[in-house]
Amino acid sequence: MEIYQVSVFVENKSGKLADITDVLSENGINIRALCIADTADFGILRLIVEDPHKTEKILMENGFTVTLTKVIGARISDTPGGLSTVLRILSDAGISIEYLYAFIEKTADRASVILRVDDDVNAEKALTENDVELIDGDAFHE
Amino acid sequence: MYYNKKIETMEREELKKLQAERLKKTVERVYNNVPLYRERFDEYGIKPEHIKTVDDLKNLPFTYKTDLRDTYPYGLFAAPMDEVVRIHASSGTTGKQTVVGYTKNDIDVWAECVARGIVSVGGSDKDIVHVSYGYGLFTGGLGLHDGATKLGAAVVPVSTGNTARQINIFKDFGSTILCCTPSYAMYLAEAVKDSGISPDELKLRIGIFGAEPWTEEMRQEIEKGLGIKAYDIYGLSEVCGPGVACNCYMQNGLHVQEDHFIPEIIDPDTGEVLPEGESGELVFTCITKEALPLIRYRTRDISSLIYGKCECGRTTVRMTKPCGRTDDMLIIRGVNVFPSQVESVLLNIEGVSPHYHITVDRVNNLDTMEVAVEMSPSLFSDSVKVIQEKEKIIKQALLSTLNISVGVKLVGPKTISRSEGKANRVTDLRKNK
Ligand SMILES: [Zn+2]
Repeated sequence: MEIYQVSVFVENKSGKLADITDVLSENGINIRALCIADTADFGILRLIVEDPHKTEKILMENGFTVTLTKVIGARISDTPGGLSTVLRILSDAGISIEYLYAFIEKTADRASVILRVDDDVNAEKALTENDVELIDGDAFHE
Repeated sequence: MYYNKKIETMEREELKKLQAERLKKTVERVYNNVPLYRERFDEYGIKPEHIKTVDDLKNLPFTYKTDLRDTYPYGLFAAPMDEVVRIHASSGTTGKQTVVGYTKNDIDVWAECVARGIVSVGGSDKDIVHVSYGYGLFTGGLGLHDGATKLGAAVVPVSTGNTARQINIFKDFGSTILCCTPSYAMYLAEAVKDSGISPDELKLRIGIFGAEPWTEEMRQEIEKGLGIKAYDIYGLSEVCGPGVACNCYMQNGLHVQEDHFIPEIIDPDTGEVLPEGESGELVFTCITKEALPLIRYRTRDISSLIYGKCECGRTTVRMTKPCGRTDDMLIIRGVNVFPSQVESVLLNIEGVSPHYHITVDRVNNLDTMEVAVEMSPSLFSDSVKVIQEKEKIIKQALLSTLNISVGVKLVGPKTISRSEGKANRVTDLRKNK
């Protein structure tokens, strides 16, 4: 199963981010991972949640602009150099990364990274061939 | 085809002579019959005999909408009430309404102006003219009605409302020319589509629309939706009503009925007459009206004048489609900007909502303008770069239309007020500085 990230437009105005997280908590949506891209005049909140389709629907009903994007999840060892390995593999395969964000899983020594790349198929192939463990969508989405 | 070929194709010199004669008579008439004009001319040291040519017009004082309100209801009438045969009024959104009157001759002149307009867009006495303007105190309904009647066309006085009936009449009566406001035409086009009728099934071929500002985009939408050619008719009740000017079939400017109304373009701040081609406030002087001949009436509409001969053969001056109101005009770094221009730019960019809010400020003695645009699903992406690209497209389009660079700020969907009017569309922070 693929991993779908929920991206939400955030107006650059205080309280706007809290408006979104309020809606999520009121609807019992648990955030597994997140990152915020921020520019001088707007932001994009990127979320990994259990049910991306339901989350998209709820946010839209509450007046937010939302889009779903396919991303890749990879497990890396939570030690120095863990992230570099993954980045090197992708750069050697000629794949560019638009953005990434890492988070630590509850199971002790491993971290995970969410990657948005320009070529999903070849990125997944390169990582698998180099023994990087990909995260299945089932790990997040129930 | 012309309704009055002699006048509509008259050489400029001859026309100017005719205008001068009529202007002289009108100035005498208002000086002798209207106390406000006598006082104001005296104040300026002007006697009717000082006015000899059309060029002397620029020495006369202006008339403002407030003059009509201050002399409510009949204070500016230059004819006795027994000669007045019609009274119209426009409901002011603020304060008193403006009351206008017509003699028998005024009604005839007005009808001829409208008839000339209908012919210049390709209409004739064979047409079935469907008038969906409101009938009543508003000049739209009766104005088009009388003009089409004078032409000898078959008039269907439907008035506004009851859309289903409007469409049945299109079908059953075979209406060929539709006259109404452009927004009602948009609404009718929508209703025709919803009722499953193809425009080909209707005999409609021409639309004559006016009484409110509309954009080129609306024109295209109406033309497609109703399968017609859509033309602009201009006029305001203070000057006469619809028909003061009208598009010809070239759709390139509106021919002014210059033997009855002399147009000028002035700088709204200084009152100076501007040279041909420059845009400014449109001012009209009525030179044949009897009941209410206003002198240099400030319309507050922004337009410009084209004097060259039109490809249709007419020699009368053309005014460009009014692009805004002086009341709405913003001056940013010396450039005139109208909120309606912003709307029209946004309408032209796919996927962008036309709702906007303008904030004007002054930073380091330099005017700044920022346009807030609502984020929409088609503008949004999970990539900052993609959104910024789209922002840049909006900025570029605004720059090329407004001739000044403006900032664009993306705001949340449905956060901009939907109501009309400058008050809600513009925040000018310079006023507090
Ligand atoms: Zn023409």
